[in-house]
Amino acid sequence: MPKQGVVPDDLTRPFWEAANEHRLVIQSCVACKHLQHPPAPVCRVCGSDTVEWKEMSGRGTIYNYGVVHDCPIRLLQEDQPFNVAVVMLAEDPGIQMYSHLPGTPVDEVPVGAEVEVTFEATANGQMVPEWRVVGSSGEGGEPA
Amino acid sequence: MTENAPATMYRTDEGTGPWEHRGKVAAVGVGHSPTARRWDGRAETCVGAISLIALRRAIEDAGVDPAEIDGLVMDPVTTTGAYWPKGKPVPEEVTSAFNSTDNPLDGIAGLSAEWILKNMPELTGIDFTMYGPGCMSNAICVAAQAVGDGLANTCLVLKSWHNYEGRYYQGGANAGSDLPGTAALHALWGTPACYGTALQFAEYCRKYGKNHDMMAPFIENSRQNGLKFPEGYWASHRPEEITPEDYKAARWIAKPANLFDNDLPIMVSAAYLYTTAERARDMRQKPVYILNHAASNTRPRSLTPTLDEVEADTARTARKIYEGAGITAADLSFENMYDGFAQFHQFHIEGLGYRGMKFGEALDFYQTDISIHGPNPILPSGGNIGCGRSRFWMHTDCIQQIQQRAGERQVTGVKPEVAVSGGPMPLGGRFTVWSATPD
Repeated sequence: MPKQGVVPDDLTRPFWEAANEHRLVIQSCVACKHLQHPPAPVCRVCGSDTVEWKEMSGRGTIYNYGVVHDCPIRLLQEDQPFNVAVVMLAEDPGIQMYSHLPGTPVDEVPVGAEVEVTFEATANGQMVPEWRVVGSSGEGGEPA
Repeated sequence: MTENAPATMYRTDEGTGPWEHRGKVAAVGVGHSPTARRWDGRAETCVGAISLIALRRAIEDAGVDPAEIDGLVMDPVTTTGAYWPKGKPVPEEVTSAFNSTDNPLDGIAGLSAEWILKNMPELTGIDFTMYGPGCMSNAICVAAQAVGDGLANTCLVLKSWHNYEGRYYQGGANAGSDLPGTAALHALWGTPACYGTALQFAEYCRKYGKNHDMMAPFIENSRQNGLKFPEGYWASHRPEEITPEDYKAARWIAKPANLFDNDLPIMVSAAYLYTTAERARDMRQKPVYILNHAASNTRPRSLTPTLDEVEADTARTARKIYEGAGITAADLSFENMYDGFAQFHQFHIEGLGYRGMKFGEALDFYQTDISIHGPNPILPSGGNIGCGRSRFWMHTDCIQQIQQRAGERQVTGVKPEVAVSGGPMPLGGRFTVWSATPD
């Protein structure tokens, strides 16, 4: 599915740069080790402004999903309906990422299944983390 | 210059005991504008104009001299998701019909307190203005606190909405080729606004063994009640019921949320008049006393709230609501919690423990008599599903039910003495407890 391009901003640049290297990084507080996503200028738990980016394993599980039939993004409308799943990271199930789950049939999302990260190019070439059900052989992004 | 209300105006903490102004502030006037699906471009129907209608109707309803009003609390943001197209000329025939401010779109695509005061010369006594941004739910909390704190004695509260041509949220960045990095973390996957609620509802159904069809009686009841709200969009323009069959056959937006789980963006304005309990005694309408206002400032841990986060927060909010009001769930005559998206409503009322309800029980409750004529009325206003998206029908209804002037909507299976309304979302909502008596 052709996602819109991404123009990294200061807050998220490390995340997008890592994606271009097929790495998944998440912001982590140096002081209290709390992981947070989306990123923020300071730790949302302890308020420390010393945050770093930690590389994740790229493994997770499907927490939940919906099927989008009426998408507000023009570029995606031709592909309706499509899955949008919420993935919980293996390192911290409180950290969520969205996924179109390439290779998983529409509305046949196995909630609780293990997934692994892949990376796919958006419209401007910026890579974005996507997720594939482990063992799935459908079409999708490049392997991590 | 009007400022946003400071965070201290909202009651966000547990354990603070009864609200210090419990029963000392009252709503005494209600005014609604006509509704429209979209703006037709005329001066007399712009968001500024309909706001003036609502404000003047609230003043008239309360029977006060406009010169006696000393406060105005409102939301300056009026968009339903529609924005003035970049580069599109501002219509001269509209701006010239009003006293304008430095912002040429004031009164058309937003609304400042300054614009209101410039166009209501009869409000000669206003010396307090404040913004309660977000929804009427926010603004009335700010107004109640302001009157209680003595910042104003007789205070107008206003919330207005504009809507333009075009499909909901399909312009702007959503039609473009690129997104900024921070927005992209949410937006790249193309989820419509109801997606987050649909997710919570999906988890709810899995956890408690429920299904989407079980929402049908709630939707049917909401539209029936909404059609009894003469100021509502559906009652005014399209008096169409929603049968369970209609609901079950409706197209999906983000499964498991369908068309009728979503409310309809409209243009509308409402205003209330708040004053002290003492001042309220000799006004035209029976005072409806504010027993408490409460707020949630909870943010989800990550991209979207989990069901656990929702349930923890609705329970926390209920404790704040009851503690500050000095009541329990058993004291509620009826409820008017937020519904647009429809799938929010069960979270709110389960958190409240309305009629002894526990988590996972609301959809079973919907299969019983939830009408305005039964002992367990659910959303007698009809809410946003029943009347169109304003996020204030439920507040108006609480006031009018308790005043016994809700007309065809009047609840008959219970005596309307104490009610709660508020929203929108479980996380981040603002809530008010209304009462026929001050104690």
